[in-house]
Amino acid sequence: MKSKINLTFEKCKKEKRPALLTYTVAGDNTKLNSLKMLNKISKHADILELGFPHNTPIADGGQIQGSSHRALRNGFKLKDVFQIVKKFKKNNPNKPLILMGYFNLIYQNGENNFLKNCKTAGVDGCIIVDLPYPENKKFANKCKKKSINFIQLISPTTPVNRMKKIIRDSHDMVYYISMLSTTGGRLKVSPKNILKKYSKIKRINSKKNIVIGFGITDKTISGLKSADGLVVGSMLCKTITNSLKMGQNPVTNLDKVVYNLKNKIL
Amino acid sequence: MTLKIKKGVPLIDQHDKNFMYGGKFGGNFIPETLKKPIDDLTKLFSKLRKDKKFLKERDYHFESYIGAPTPFIKLENLTNHLGGAQIYAKVVSEANGGAHKIYNATVHCLIAKRAGKKFIVGDTGAGYAGKMLSMAAKKFGLRCKIFMGAKDIKRQRPNVEAIKKNGATIVPVTSGSQTLVDAVSECMRYWVANNDTTNLCVGSTVGPNIFVKICAWSTAQISRELVTQLKEEFGKIPRKIKLLNCVGGGSSAMGFWNEFIDTDAELIGIEAGGPKNSKLHAAPLSSGSKIGILHGAAQYVIQDEDGQIGSTESISAGLDYPGISPLHCFLKDTKRARYTSASDEDALKAYRLVSKLENISPSLEPSHAFAEAIKLAPKLKSSEIIIVNSCGDSLKDKDIIKQKLGSYIR
Repeated sequence: MKSKINLTFEKCKKEKRPALLTYTVAGDNTKLNSLKMLNKISKHADILELGFPHNTPIADGGQIQGSSHRALRNGFKLKDVFQIVKKFKKNNPNKPLILMGYFNLIYQNGENNFLKNCKTAGVDGCIIVDLPYPENKKFANKCKKKSINFIQLISPTTPVNRMKKIIRDSHDMVYYISMLSTTGGRLKVSPKNILKKYSKIKRINSKKNIVIGFGITDKTISGLKSADGLVVGSMLCKTITNSLKMGQNPVTNLDKVVYNLKNKIL
Repeated sequence: MTLKIKKGVPLIDQHDKNFMYGGKFGGNFIPETLKKPIDDLTKLFSKLRKDKKFLKERDYHFESYIGAPTPFIKLENLTNHLGGAQIYAKVVSEANGGAHKIYNATVHCLIAKRAGKKFIVGDTGAGYAGKMLSMAAKKFGLRCKIFMGAKDIKRQRPNVEAIKKNGATIVPVTSGSQTLVDAVSECMRYWVANNDTTNLCVGSTVGPNIFVKICAWSTAQISRELVTQLKEEFGKIPRKIKLLNCVGGGSSAMGFWNEFIDTDAELIGIEAGGPKNSKLHAAPLSSGSKIGILHGAAQYVIQDEDGQIGSTESISAGLDYPGISPLHCFLKDTKRARYTSASDEDALKAYRLVSKLENISPSLEPSHAFAEAIKLAPKLKSSEIIIVNSCGDSLKDKDIIKQKLGSYIR
């Protein structure tokens, strides 16, 4: 059976556009609001990435750190992420949702327990920032057995031979990091050069769905629309931060931003 | 499964193919972007370790620049005052810059030169790692950035000023607890974004495996010297010796113990117990913490049930870290070393006693080890020997000591 992630990419390809992937942090700024945000933006976004916050992230920039700290200050616990997903999936059973975070939380929860919780809640995939290939093989296989996608990452520093191995062992989707940066950095490589590298990766296996993330905003997204999918994260976290600063509703503001992003890639 | 240390193999090399010690400590839990730079560094280091020219260069700088060997002295007055064991100190604070951090910093700069990099970045807690890296960077012609928690910038002023004087940029880290743990995170994030031009020097035996290795390999100079000095003093390495060292990240202890792993020497690590009657401490080994992942490595780490890293408190900025080197976790689980802790108050008392009686004045980090020596010595026979690694000088702690004790002596 095809995964919901795969079906979504097929649908987007038929519509001749990239899939729009959003990233928000579970519990930012409250548990209820983060659920409301998912419900709202799922009208425009094709795949939702939901971060489970960690207080010592080694690859996130200021915006996502800010969101994570906000969630943790509000007492966020890992169990909350499963509740949010469960509630979201009740109304949106076919919308793919991917959890993203750092390995220590899974390690403490127990790999099997974590995946059981993912399955019960309806999680479609996992991205673990600090569990690279090949160390991730064991966990990736456990995911596969539960029909949960384990999403591998490729970065500009990944040598071609390694890329080939990673893609060979990947599931339905691979995440390409656009540039040397933490999340939310200014796009310091031109979209043209990113796409050049991207097409090299596609040539390894054109059937794999490869999405591009890092540095993507409303300013840069349209230049990259020939990719299979595009991830926007920090810009959304920033929208929440700014809304709270100005005493505005972060849910409606976020909805507008995602709607706008979607229009730029149609 | 009981873990065992292999005889005749350097401790840093006793990992499996996933770079784990005893199958559960260390490893490389890193973002994909760092895989290649870490692989490159790993390959380069394994080559340089065997390169006679490089080793000659290292030894030359250790001697002419760092001032090896650092003194090994008997603390006659302290020994007489306490009664019991003979107390000695390896005065590593006599190294250029005033602490053991200079070994790791120098080696990283030499490696960065070989790698053709022009920039080097590092983290710092007490400010020593930052001060030494900025010094070495200046000497070897590298541009340098130091990440330091905003709280530590306030409490370690003398070292902050030294870093600036050496021409390095200080990046204040204002996230989280604003101490070493956040400085290391921020520094790693910076490296994620700049590894094409920049080498990273992790300031202790923590982080992804290669940084644990390079650091322990560099500080091992301390125990190489001590072996020679012991033979000079006693004719051979005495059987009953106790090697006491404070542990934060664990770099000075690893260096102090490295050559003694296969001997009968007793290895005792002293962690930061924090303020008396406070629940906060920085002692993951002696307080029963669970294994977790921090800064790219599996280790005993202070954390909550969910896996969020816990806050720590210690008067000593250099020990104020929730994790601990995977090598020390390995030494603990193999029972090769034992670990205990000393409180802020005990460390201050030890600082005062040693500074009053002797010609050395340990900083608050080694004062934790002296506190244990002061506790142990009276219970031991005069035929027994305690050696403390006095790995830092109190000058950098002048402000804190004045505030806590009313006066500063050195």
